[in-house]
Amino acid sequence: MNIFVEGIKEGVYLIWQMDPEIIQITLLSLQVSLTALVLSAVFGIPAGAALALKRIPGKRIYLNIIYTLMGLPPVLAGLLVYLLLTYRGPLGQFELLFTPSAMVFAQVLLAAPIVCGLTARAVMALPQDVYDTAATLGASRRQAAAAIMREARIGIVAALTTAFGRVIAEVGAVMLVGGNIRWSTRVLTMSIVLETRMGNFSTAIAIGLILLTLSFIINLLILKLEKRTLRYDNTIQIT
Amino acid sequence: MKMKNNRILLVLALLAAFLVTMVAGCAKEEPKAPEQGQQPPAKELKLATTTSTQDSGLLDVLLPEFEKDTNYKVKVIAVGTGQAIEMGAAGDVDVILVHSRAAEDKFVADGFGVDRRDVMYNDFLIIGPAEDPAGIKGSADTIEAFLTIASKQAAFVSRGDNSGTDKKEKGIWTKAEITPAGAWYIESGQGMGDTFRMADEKKAYTLIDRATYLAQKDKYKLEIIMEGDKSLLNPYGVIPVNPEKFPNVDYEGATKFAQWLTSEKGQKMIGEFGVEKYKQQLFVPDAK
Repeated sequence: MNIFVEGIKEGVYLIWQMDPEIIQITLLSLQVSLTALVLSAVFGIPAGAALALKRIPGKRIYLNIIYTLMGLPPVLAGLLVYLLLTYRGPLGQFELLFTPSAMVFAQVLLAAPIVCGLTARAVMALPQDVYDTAATLGASRRQAAAAIMREARIGIVAALTTAFGRVIAEVGAVMLVGGNIRWSTRVLTMSIVLETRMGNFSTAIAIGLILLTLSFIINLLILKLEKRTLRYDNTIQIT
Repeated sequence: MKMKNNRILLVLALLAAFLVTMVAGCAKEEPKAPEQGQQPPAKELKLATTTSTQDSGLLDVLLPEFEKDTNYKVKVIAVGTGQAIEMGAAGDVDVILVHSRAAEDKFVADGFGVDRRDVMYNDFLIIGPAEDPAGIKGSADTIEAFLTIASKQAAFVSRGDNSGTDKKEKGIWTKAEITPAGAWYIESGQGMGDTFRMADEKKAYTLIDRATYLAQKDKYKLEIIMEGDKSLLNPYGVIPVNPEKFPNVDYEGATKFAQWLTSEKGQKMIGEFGVEKYKQQLFVPDAK
Protein backbone atom coordinates (compact mmCIF):
# COMPACT_ATOMS: atom_id res chain seq x y z
CA MET A 1 0.00 0.00 0.00
CA ASN A 2 2.89 2.24 0.86
CA ILE A 3 3.83 2.48 -2.79
CA PHE A 4 0.45 4.02 -3.68
CA VAL A 5 0.80 6.67 -1.00
CA GLU A 6 4.33 7.38 -2.23
CA GLY A 7 3.00 7.58 -5.77
CA ILE A 8 0.25 10.03 -4.87
CA LYS A 9 2.69 12.16 -2.90
CA GLU A 10 5.17 12.16 -5.73
CA GLY A 11 2.47 12.98 -8.26
CA VAL A 12 1.35 16.01 -6.29
CA TYR A 13 4.99 16.99 -5.83
CA LEU A 14 5.75 16.68 -9.55
CA ILE A 15 2.80 18.91 -10.43
CA TRP A 16 3.52 21.34 -7.60
CA GLN A 17 7.17 21.66 -8.62
CA MET A 18 6.16 22.21 -12.27
CA ASP A 19 8.98 19.82 -13.19
CA PRO A 20 9.89 21.03 -16.71
CA GLU A 21 10.30 17.53 -18.10
CA ILE A 22 6.94 16.34 -16.78
CA ILE A 23 5.29 19.47 -18.15
CA GLN A 24 6.84 18.98 -21.56
CA ILE A 25 5.77 15.33 -21.56
CA THR A 26 2.24 16.22 -20.47
CA LEU A 27 1.88 18.93 -23.10
CA LEU A 28 3.18 16.60 -25.79
CA SER A 29 0.66 13.95 -24.74
CA LEU A 30 -2.13 16.49 -24.99
CA GLN A 31 -0.88 17.88 -28.26
CA VAL A 32 -0.54 14.48 -29.94
CA SER A 33 -3.81 13.05 -28.65
CA LEU A 34 -5.91 16.17 -29.22
CA THR A 35 -4.53 16.57 -32.73
CA ALA A 36 -5.37 12.93 -33.40
CA LEU A 37 -8.84 13.49 -31.95
CA VAL A 38 -9.53 16.59 -34.06
CA LEU A 39 -8.36 14.85 -37.22
CA SER A 40 -10.40 11.76 -36.38
CA ALA A 41 -13.46 13.95 -35.82
CA VAL A 42 -12.93 15.75 -39.13
CA PHE A 43 -12.82 12.43 -41.01
CA GLY A 44 -14.88 10.24 -38.73
CA ILE A 45 -18.04 12.25 -38.09
CA PRO A 46 -18.92 12.96 -41.75
CA ALA A 47 -17.94 9.41 -42.74
CA GLY A 48 -20.06 7.93 -39.96
CA ALA A 49 -23.03 10.14 -40.84
CA ALA A 50 -22.77 9.30 -44.52
CA LEU A 51 -22.53 5.61 -43.74
CA ALA A 52 -25.68 5.84 -41.63
CA LEU A 53 -27.78 8.08 -43.86
CA LYS A 54 -26.88 7.29 -47.45
CA ARG A 55 -28.00 4.33 -49.46
CA ILE A 56 -24.75 2.45 -49.95
CA PRO A 57 -24.60 -1.05 -51.38
CA GLY A 58 -22.97 -3.41 -48.86
CA LYS A 59 -23.50 -0.99 -45.98
CA ARG A 60 -23.50 -3.83 -43.43
CA ILE A 61 -20.08 -5.00 -44.57
CA TYR A 62 -18.64 -1.48 -44.28
CA LEU A 63 -20.10 -1.11 -40.81
CA ASN A 64 -18.74 -4.50 -39.85
CA ILE A 65 -15.27 -3.48 -41.02
CA ILE A 66 -15.44 -0.19 -39.10
CA TYR A 67 -16.58 -1.97 -35.94
CA THR A 68 -13.71 -4.43 -36.31
CA LEU A 69 -11.21 -1.58 -36.72
CA MET A 70 -12.54 -0.06 -33.47
CA GLY A 71 -10.67 -2.94 -31.85
CA LEU A 72 -7.47 -2.51 -33.87
CA PRO A 73 -4.55 -3.52 -31.64
CA PRO A 74 -2.43 -0.40 -31.01
CA VAL A 75 0.83 -2.24 -31.63
CA LEU A 76 -0.44 -3.40 -35.00
CA ALA A 77 -1.50 0.14 -35.91
CA GLY A 78 1.97 1.27 -34.83
CA LEU A 79 3.68 -1.40 -36.89
CA LEU A 80 1.69 -0.46 -40.01
CA VAL A 81 2.59 3.20 -39.60
CA TYR A 82 6.19 2.25 -38.84
CA LEU A 83 6.47 0.25 -42.07
CA LEU A 84 4.91 3.11 -44.05
CA LEU A 85 7.29 5.70 -42.61
CA THR A 86 10.56 3.76 -42.42
CA TYR A 87 13.24 5.14 -44.75
CA ARG A 88 12.71 2.39 -47.31
CA GLY A 89 8.93 2.52 -46.88
CA PRO A 90 6.39 4.18 -49.22
CA LEU A 91 6.38 7.44 -47.23
CA GLY A 92 10.02 7.24 -46.19
CA GLN A 93 11.12 10.38 -48.00
CA PHE A 94 9.22 12.61 -45.58
CA GLU A 95 11.38 11.43 -42.67
CA LEU A 96 8.47 11.33 -40.25
CA LEU A 97 9.54 8.28 -38.23
CA PHE A 98 10.31 9.08 -34.59
CA THR A 99 8.43 12.41 -34.73
CA PRO A 100 5.19 13.51 -33.02
CA SER A 101 3.56 13.56 -36.48
CA ALA A 102 4.11 9.83 -36.79
CA MET A 103 2.47 9.38 -33.40
CA VAL A 104 -0.55 11.44 -34.49
CA PHE A 105 -0.76 9.34 -37.65
CA ALA A 106 -0.86 6.10 -35.64
CA GLN A 107 -3.41 7.47 -33.18
CA VAL A 108 -5.72 8.67 -35.94
CA LEU A 109 -5.70 5.10 -37.21
CA LEU A 110 -6.94 4.04 -33.77
CA ALA A 111 -9.39 6.86 -33.10
CA ALA A 112 -11.03 7.48 -36.50
CA PRO A 113 -12.84 4.10 -36.64
CA ILE A 114 -14.23 4.72 -33.14
CA VAL A 115 -15.54 8.17 -34.07
CA CYS A 116 -16.89 6.88 -37.37
CA GLY A 117 -18.49 3.72 -35.97
CA LEU A 118 -20.10 5.33 -32.92
CA THR A 119 -21.33 8.30 -34.97
CA ALA A 120 -22.97 5.90 -37.42
CA ARG A 121 -24.54 4.06 -34.48
CA ALA A 122 -25.85 7.27 -32.91
CA VAL A 123 -27.35 8.48 -36.18
CA MET A 124 -28.93 5.13 -37.04
CA ALA A 125 -30.56 4.97 -33.60
CA LEU A 126 -32.68 8.06 -34.35
CA PRO A 127 -36.35 7.58 -35.26
CA GLN A 128 -37.48 8.40 -38.79
CA ASP A 129 -39.62 11.20 -37.25
CA VAL A 130 -36.56 13.41 -36.95
CA TYR A 131 -36.20 13.61 -40.70
CA ASP A 132 -39.94 13.62 -41.41
CA THR A 133 -40.58 16.51 -39.01
CA ALA A 134 -37.76 18.55 -40.48
CA ALA A 135 -38.99 17.80 -44.01
CA THR A 136 -42.57 18.73 -43.09
CA LEU A 137 -41.35 22.01 -41.72
CA GLY A 138 -39.84 22.67 -45.12
CA ALA A 139 -36.21 21.94 -44.43
CA SER A 140 -33.91 21.33 -47.38
CA ARG A 141 -31.98 18.06 -47.48
CA ARG A 142 -28.99 19.87 -46.04
CA GLN A 143 -30.98 21.42 -43.22
CA ALA A 144 -32.62 18.09 -42.48
CA ALA A 145 -29.21 16.42 -42.28
CA ALA A 146 -28.08 19.16 -39.87
CA ALA A 147 -31.17 18.53 -37.72
CA ILE A 148 -30.37 14.82 -37.63
CA MET A 149 -26.78 15.48 -36.54
CA ARG A 150 -28.06 17.81 -33.84
CA GLU A 151 -30.31 15.07 -32.52
CA ALA A 152 -27.41 12.61 -32.56
CA ARG A 153 -25.00 14.92 -30.76
CA ILE A 154 -24.97 13.06 -27.45
CA GLY A 155 -23.87 9.94 -29.26
CA ILE A 156 -21.26 11.89 -31.19
CA VAL A 157 -19.86 13.43 -28.02
CA ALA A 158 -19.72 9.92 -26.57
CA ALA A 159 -17.78 8.86 -29.66
CA LEU A 160 -15.30 11.70 -29.12
CA THR A 161 -14.76 10.98 -25.42
CA THR A 162 -14.30 7.28 -26.13
CA ALA A 163 -11.81 8.00 -28.90
CA PHE A 164 -9.91 10.45 -26.69
CA GLY A 165 -9.78 7.88 -23.92
CA ARG A 166 -8.32 5.35 -26.29
CA VAL A 167 -5.54 7.54 -27.67
CA ILE A 168 -4.46 9.31 -24.48
CA ALA A 169 -4.07 5.97 -22.69
CA GLU A 170 -2.44 4.08 -25.52
CA VAL A 171 1.24 3.19 -25.50
CA GLY A 172 1.96 0.41 -28.00
CA ALA A 173 1.57 2.45 -31.18
CA VAL A 174 3.25 5.67 -30.05
CA MET A 175 6.17 3.78 -28.49
CA LEU A 176 6.87 2.02 -31.77
CA VAL A 177 6.61 4.98 -34.13
CA GLY A 178 7.75 7.68 -31.70
CA GLY A 179 10.71 5.81 -30.23
CA ASN A 180 10.29 7.19 -26.70
CA ILE A 181 12.88 9.92 -27.33
CA ARG A 182 13.45 12.16 -24.32
CA TRP A 183 12.42 15.81 -24.83
CA SER A 184 11.11 14.89 -28.25
CA THR A 185 8.58 12.08 -28.50
CA ARG A 186 8.17 10.82 -24.94
CA VAL A 187 4.56 10.97 -23.74
CA LEU A 188 2.96 10.14 -20.40
CA THR A 189 2.17 6.51 -21.17
CA MET A 190 5.73 5.85 -22.34
CA SER A 191 7.09 7.44 -19.17
CA ILE A 192 4.96 5.04 -17.15
CA VAL A 193 6.47 2.12 -19.05
CA LEU A 194 9.99 3.50 -18.70
CA GLU A 195 9.70 4.17 -14.96
CA THR A 196 8.20 0.72 -14.41
CA ARG A 197 11.07 -0.80 -16.38
CA MET A 198 13.51 1.02 -14.15
CA GLY A 199 11.71 -0.18 -11.04
CA ASN A 200 10.55 3.32 -10.00
CA PHE A 201 7.01 2.23 -9.24
CA SER A 202 5.98 5.29 -7.26
CA THR A 203 7.07 7.62 -10.08
CA ALA A 204 5.14 5.44 -12.52
CA ILE A 205 2.02 5.75 -10.37
CA ALA A 206 2.58 9.49 -10.05
CA ILE A 207 2.68 9.90 -13.83
CA GLY A 208 -0.37 7.67 -14.13
CA LEU A 209 -2.23 10.00 -11.79
CA ILE A 210 -1.23 12.99 -13.88
CA LEU A 211 -2.59 11.23 -16.96
CA LEU A 212 -5.88 10.42 -15.25
CA THR A 213 -6.22 13.99 -13.98
CA LEU A 214 -5.65 15.26 -17.49
CA SER A 215 -8.30 12.92 -18.88
CA PHE A 216 -10.68 14.03 -16.16
CA ILE A 217 -10.23 17.71 -17.03
CA ILE A 218 -10.65 17.17 -20.77
CA ASN A 219 -13.79 15.09 -20.23
CA LEU A 220 -15.14 17.64 -17.78
CA LEU A 221 -14.73 20.27 -20.47
CA ILE A 222 -16.47 18.16 -23.09
CA LEU A 223 -19.36 17.21 -20.79
CA LYS A 224 -19.86 20.75 -19.54
CA LEU A 225 -20.27 21.97 -23.08
CA GLU A 226 -22.56 19.11 -23.92
CA LYS A 227 -24.73 20.03 -20.95
CA ARG A 228 -25.02 23.59 -22.19
CA THR A 229 -26.32 22.41 -25.52
CA LEU A 230 -28.90 20.33 -23.70
CA ARG A 231 -30.36 23.18 -21.70
CA TYR A 232 -33.27 23.68 -24.08
CA ASP A 233 -33.90 20.01 -24.61
CA ASN A 234 -35.68 17.51 -22.49
CA THR A 235 -33.45 14.60 -21.65
CA ILE A 236 -35.10 11.43 -20.48
CA GLN A 237 -36.08 11.36 -16.83
CA ILE A 238 -37.90 9.13 -14.38
CA THR A 239 -40.47 11.22 -12.56
CA MET B 1 -30.52 28.70 -33.69
CA LYS B 2 -29.46 28.82 -30.06
CA MET B 3 -28.58 25.14 -30.11
CA LYS B 4 -26.56 25.51 -33.25
CA ASN B 5 -24.54 28.26 -31.62
CA ASN B 6 -23.83 26.04 -28.68
CA ARG B 7 -22.66 23.25 -30.88
CA ILE B 8 -20.32 25.63 -32.61
CA LEU B 9 -19.14 26.70 -29.16
CA LEU B 10 -18.25 23.13 -28.33
CA VAL B 11 -16.24 22.72 -31.50
CA LEU B 12 -14.55 26.07 -30.87
CA ALA B 13 -13.67 25.10 -27.31
CA LEU B 14 -12.10 21.85 -28.48
CA LEU B 15 -10.17 23.71 -31.15
CA ALA B 16 -9.08 26.29 -28.58
CA ALA B 17 -7.84 23.55 -26.25
CA PHE B 18 -6.00 22.08 -29.18
CA LEU B 19 -4.44 25.42 -30.14
CA VAL B 20 -3.42 26.13 -26.58
CA THR B 21 -1.48 22.91 -26.47
CA MET B 22 0.04 23.68 -29.84
CA VAL B 23 1.19 27.09 -28.64
CA ALA B 24 2.40 25.61 -25.39
CA GLY B 25 4.18 22.97 -27.41
CA CYS B 26 6.02 25.66 -29.33
CA ALA B 27 6.71 27.65 -26.22
CA LYS B 28 8.57 24.75 -24.67
CA GLU B 29 11.25 25.12 -27.31
CA GLU B 30 11.99 28.67 -26.35
CA PRO B 31 14.22 27.92 -23.39
CA LYS B 32 16.59 26.20 -25.77
CA ALA B 33 16.96 29.32 -27.90
CA PRO B 34 19.49 31.15 -25.71
CA GLU B 35 21.86 28.17 -25.84
CA GLN B 36 21.75 28.27 -29.59
CA GLY B 37 22.27 32.00 -29.64
CA GLN B 38 26.01 32.08 -30.09
CA GLN B 39 26.31 29.12 -32.46
CA PRO B 40 24.41 27.63 -35.39
CA PRO B 41 21.43 25.46 -34.39
CA ALA B 42 22.35 21.97 -33.27
CA LYS B 43 22.06 19.19 -35.84
CA GLU B 44 20.11 16.13 -34.90
CA LEU B 45 21.72 12.73 -34.61
CA LYS B 46 19.61 9.62 -34.21
CA LEU B 47 21.12 6.92 -32.03
CA ALA B 48 19.60 3.48 -31.64
CA THR B 49 20.98 1.77 -28.60
CA THR B 50 20.19 -0.80 -25.97
CA THR B 51 18.02 -0.25 -22.94
CA SER B 52 21.04 -0.95 -20.71
CA THR B 53 22.88 2.24 -21.72
CA GLN B 54 19.73 4.29 -21.07
CA ASP B 55 18.37 2.56 -17.97
CA SER B 56 21.78 2.60 -16.27
CA GLY B 57 21.99 6.37 -16.75
CA LEU B 58 25.26 6.27 -18.72
CA LEU B 59 23.85 8.22 -21.66
CA ASP B 60 22.52 10.93 -19.36
CA VAL B 61 26.12 11.60 -18.38
CA LEU B 62 27.84 11.20 -21.75
CA LEU B 63 25.43 12.85 -24.19
CA PRO B 64 25.33 16.37 -22.71
CA GLU B 65 29.14 16.51 -22.93
CA PHE B 66 29.14 15.20 -26.51
CA GLU B 67 26.45 17.71 -27.43
CA LYS B 68 28.48 20.53 -25.92
CA ASP B 69 31.65 19.45 -27.75
CA THR B 70 30.13 18.94 -31.20
CA ASN B 71 26.92 20.98 -31.36
CA TYR B 72 24.87 17.91 -32.14
CA LYS B 73 21.59 17.03 -30.46
CA VAL B 74 21.33 13.29 -29.93
CA LYS B 75 17.96 11.60 -30.12
CA VAL B 76 18.11 8.31 -28.28
CA ILE B 77 15.92 5.38 -29.22
CA ALA B 78 16.53 2.70 -26.61
CA VAL B 79 15.37 -0.76 -27.61
CA GLY B 80 16.83 -4.27 -27.59
CA THR B 81 20.04 -4.86 -29.58
CA GLY B 82 18.09 -6.86 -32.17
CA GLN B 83 15.67 -4.02 -32.84
CA ALA B 84 18.44 -1.39 -32.73
CA ILE B 85 20.36 -3.27 -35.42
CA GLU B 86 17.19 -3.57 -37.51
CA MET B 87 16.69 0.20 -37.28
CA GLY B 88 20.24 0.68 -38.56
CA ALA B 89 19.68 -1.85 -41.34
CA ALA B 90 16.60 0.10 -42.46
CA GLY B 91 18.48 3.41 -42.48
CA ASP B 92 16.15 4.92 -39.89
CA VAL B 93 18.96 5.96 -37.53
CA ASP B 94 22.44 7.42 -38.04
CA VAL B 95 24.44 5.34 -35.61
CA ILE B 96 24.00 2.34 -33.32
CA LEU B 97 25.60 1.51 -29.97
CA VAL B 98 24.95 -2.13 -29.18
CA HIS B 99 26.38 -5.24 -27.58
CA SER B 100 26.24 -8.43 -29.59
CA ARG B 101 29.51 -9.05 -31.38
CA ALA B 102 28.28 -11.68 -33.82
CA ALA B 103 25.25 -9.61 -34.90
CA GLU B 104 27.42 -6.49 -35.15
CA ASP B 105 29.91 -8.25 -37.43
CA LYS B 106 27.07 -9.46 -39.63
CA PHE B 107 25.63 -5.92 -39.73
CA VAL B 108 28.98 -4.64 -41.06
CA ALA B 109 29.54 -7.62 -43.40
CA ASP B 110 26.10 -7.05 -44.94
CA GLY B 111 27.16 -3.50 -45.73
CA PHE B 112 24.70 -1.74 -43.41
CA GLY B 113 27.36 -0.31 -41.15
CA VAL B 114 30.96 0.84 -41.54
CA ASP B 115 33.94 1.31 -39.29
CA ARG B 116 32.85 -0.52 -36.14
CA ARG B 117 34.74 0.51 -33.02
CA ASP B 118 35.09 -1.07 -29.61
CA VAL B 119 33.78 1.31 -26.97
CA MET B 120 33.65 -0.45 -23.64
CA TYR B 121 32.60 -3.60 -21.93
CA ASN B 122 30.71 -4.44 -18.83
CA ASP B 123 29.97 -7.89 -17.56
CA PHE B 124 26.99 -10.08 -16.97
CA LEU B 125 26.06 -11.58 -13.65
CA ILE B 126 23.94 -14.56 -12.79
CA ILE B 127 21.58 -13.38 -10.10
CA GLY B 128 19.05 -15.37 -8.16
CA PRO B 129 17.47 -15.88 -4.72
CA ALA B 130 20.01 -15.58 -1.90
CA GLU B 131 19.46 -19.20 -0.85
CA ASP B 132 20.60 -20.37 -4.31
CA PRO B 133 17.97 -23.13 -4.76
CA ALA B 134 19.85 -24.87 -7.59
CA GLY B 135 23.15 -24.66 -5.75
CA ILE B 136 25.21 -23.11 -8.54
CA LYS B 137 27.50 -21.15 -6.28
CA GLY B 138 31.01 -22.44 -6.71
CA SER B 139 30.43 -23.80 -10.22
CA ALA B 140 33.64 -23.89 -12.24
CA ASP B 141 32.20 -21.76 -15.02
CA THR B 142 29.00 -20.34 -16.48
CA ILE B 143 28.30 -23.40 -18.59
CA GLU B 144 28.37 -25.66 -15.55
CA ALA B 145 26.08 -23.27 -13.69
CA PHE B 146 23.58 -23.27 -16.56
CA LEU B 147 23.72 -27.06 -16.76
CA THR B 148 22.92 -27.29 -13.06
CA ILE B 149 19.99 -24.87 -13.36
CA ALA B 150 18.57 -26.91 -16.25
CA SER B 151 19.01 -30.28 -14.55
CA LYS B 152 17.40 -29.01 -11.33
CA GLN B 153 14.71 -27.25 -13.39
CA ALA B 154 15.20 -24.15 -11.25
CA ALA B 155 13.15 -21.17 -12.41
CA PHE B 156 15.09 -19.03 -14.89
CA VAL B 157 13.80 -15.87 -16.56
CA SER B 158 15.11 -15.21 -20.05
CA ARG B 159 14.76 -11.93 -21.93
CA GLY B 160 13.60 -13.86 -24.96
CA ASP B 161 13.64 -10.66 -27.03
CA ASN B 162 16.65 -11.23 -29.29
CA SER B 163 18.51 -8.46 -27.47
CA GLY B 164 22.25 -8.53 -26.80
CA THR B 165 21.68 -10.00 -23.36
CA ASP B 166 19.32 -12.58 -24.81
CA LYS B 167 21.83 -13.56 -27.48
CA LYS B 168 24.51 -13.89 -24.82
CA GLU B 169 22.29 -16.19 -22.79
CA LYS B 170 21.30 -18.29 -25.81
CA GLY B 171 25.00 -18.59 -26.66
CA ILE B 172 25.70 -20.09 -23.24
CA TRP B 173 22.84 -22.59 -23.60
CA THR B 174 24.21 -23.57 -27.01
CA LYS B 175 27.66 -24.13 -25.53
CA ALA B 176 26.07 -26.21 -22.78
CA GLU B 177 24.31 -28.19 -25.54
CA ILE B 178 20.92 -27.66 -23.97
CA THR B 179 17.72 -26.36 -25.49
CA PRO B 180 16.00 -24.80 -22.50
CA ALA B 181 12.29 -25.53 -22.39
CA GLY B 182 9.65 -26.27 -19.82
CA ALA B 183 7.77 -24.52 -17.10
CA TRP B 184 10.99 -23.50 -15.32
CA TYR B 185 12.23 -21.52 -18.34
CA ILE B 186 10.31 -18.25 -18.52
CA GLU B 187 10.74 -15.94 -21.49
CA SER B 188 9.73 -12.43 -20.50
CA GLY B 189 9.98 -10.83 -23.93
CA GLN B 190 10.81 -7.54 -22.24
CA GLY B 191 13.71 -5.24 -21.41
CA MET B 192 16.30 -5.81 -18.71
CA GLY B 193 14.53 -3.83 -16.01
CA ASP B 194 11.23 -5.65 -16.58
CA THR B 195 12.99 -8.99 -16.67
CA PHE B 196 14.79 -8.22 -13.39
CA ARG B 197 11.44 -7.38 -11.81
CA MET B 198 9.87 -10.58 -13.11
CA ALA B 199 12.77 -12.74 -11.89
CA ASP B 200 12.44 -11.12 -8.48
CA GLU B 201 8.71 -11.85 -8.33
CA LYS B 202 9.24 -15.46 -9.41
CA LYS B 203 12.33 -15.98 -7.22
CA ALA B 204 14.13 -17.09 -10.35
CA TYR B 205 17.64 -16.90 -11.75
CA THR B 206 18.40 -14.54 -14.58
CA LEU B 207 21.32 -13.21 -16.56
CA ILE B 208 21.72 -9.47 -16.14
CA ASP B 209 24.27 -6.80 -17.03
CA ARG B 210 26.10 -5.31 -14.09
CA ALA B 211 25.04 -1.74 -14.86
CA THR B 212 21.32 -2.49 -14.72
CA TYR B 213 21.79 -4.70 -11.66
CA LEU B 214 23.65 -2.04 -9.68
CA ALA B 215 21.26 0.70 -10.69
CA GLN B 216 18.19 -1.23 -9.55
CA LYS B 217 19.34 -3.79 -6.98
CA ASP B 218 18.02 -1.84 -4.01
CA LYS B 219 14.48 -2.31 -5.25
CA TYR B 220 14.63 -6.07 -5.42
CA LYS B 221 15.84 -9.01 -3.35
CA LEU B 222 17.84 -11.09 -5.84
CA GLU B 223 21.57 -11.35 -5.22
CA ILE B 224 24.65 -12.02 -7.28
CA ILE B 225 25.16 -15.76 -7.44
CA MET B 226 27.93 -15.83 -9.98
CA GLU B 227 30.25 -13.25 -11.51
CA GLY B 228 33.67 -12.78 -13.00
CA ASP B 229 33.73 -15.65 -15.49
CA LYS B 230 35.41 -14.69 -18.78
CA SER B 231 32.43 -15.82 -20.81
CA LEU B 232 30.31 -13.25 -19.00
CA LEU B 233 32.09 -10.26 -20.54
CA ASN B 234 29.82 -8.00 -22.55
CA PRO B 235 31.55 -5.80 -25.14
CA TYR B 236 29.79 -2.76 -26.67
CA GLY B 237 30.49 -1.48 -30.15
CA VAL B 238 29.53 1.71 -31.97
CA ILE B 239 28.76 1.52 -35.69
CA PRO B 240 27.84 4.40 -38.03
CA VAL B 241 25.26 3.42 -40.62
CA ASN B 242 26.71 3.10 -44.14
CA PRO B 243 26.08 6.37 -46.04
CA GLU B 244 26.54 4.64 -49.42
CA LYS B 245 23.55 2.46 -48.68
CA PHE B 246 21.50 5.22 -47.03
CA PRO B 247 22.25 8.74 -48.33
CA ASN B 248 19.82 10.14 -45.77
CA VAL B 249 21.95 9.29 -42.74
CA ASP B 250 24.24 11.82 -41.12
CA TYR B 251 27.49 9.93 -41.52
CA GLU B 252 29.60 12.89 -40.44
CA GLY B 253 27.70 13.18 -37.18
CA ALA B 254 27.74 9.43 -36.65
CA THR B 255 31.51 9.36 -37.12
CA LYS B 256 31.94 12.28 -34.76
CA PHE B 257 29.90 10.38 -32.19
CA ALA B 258 31.99 7.22 -32.64
CA GLN B 259 35.21 9.24 -32.45
CA TRP B 260 34.04 11.09 -29.35
CA LEU B 261 33.06 7.90 -27.52
CA THR B 262 36.45 6.38 -28.26
CA SER B 263 38.37 9.60 -27.58
CA GLU B 264 40.42 10.06 -24.43
CA LYS B 265 37.71 12.23 -22.92
CA GLY B 266 34.82 9.91 -23.76
CA GLN B 267 36.71 6.87 -22.52
CA LYS B 268 37.64 8.61 -19.26
CA MET B 269 34.01 9.55 -18.63
CA ILE B 270 32.86 5.98 -19.31
CA GLY B 271 35.47 4.64 -16.88
CA GLU B 272 34.43 7.04 -14.15
CA PHE B 273 30.70 6.55 -14.60
CA GLY B 274 28.99 5.20 -11.51
CA VAL B 275 32.17 4.91 -9.42
CA GLU B 276 31.06 7.60 -7.03
CA LYS B 277 27.56 6.20 -6.63
CA TYR B 278 28.17 2.45 -6.63
CA LYS B 279 31.81 2.35 -5.47
CA GLN B 280 32.64 0.28 -8.51
CA GLN B 281 33.15 0.66 -12.23
CA LEU B 282 30.07 -0.13 -14.31
CA PHE B 283 31.66 0.02 -17.74
CA VAL B 284 35.30 -0.58 -18.61
CA PRO B 285 36.45 1.54 -21.57
CA ASP B 286 38.37 -0.52 -24.12
CA ALA B 287 38.67 1.55 -27.31
CA LYS B 288 41.84 0.81 -29.27
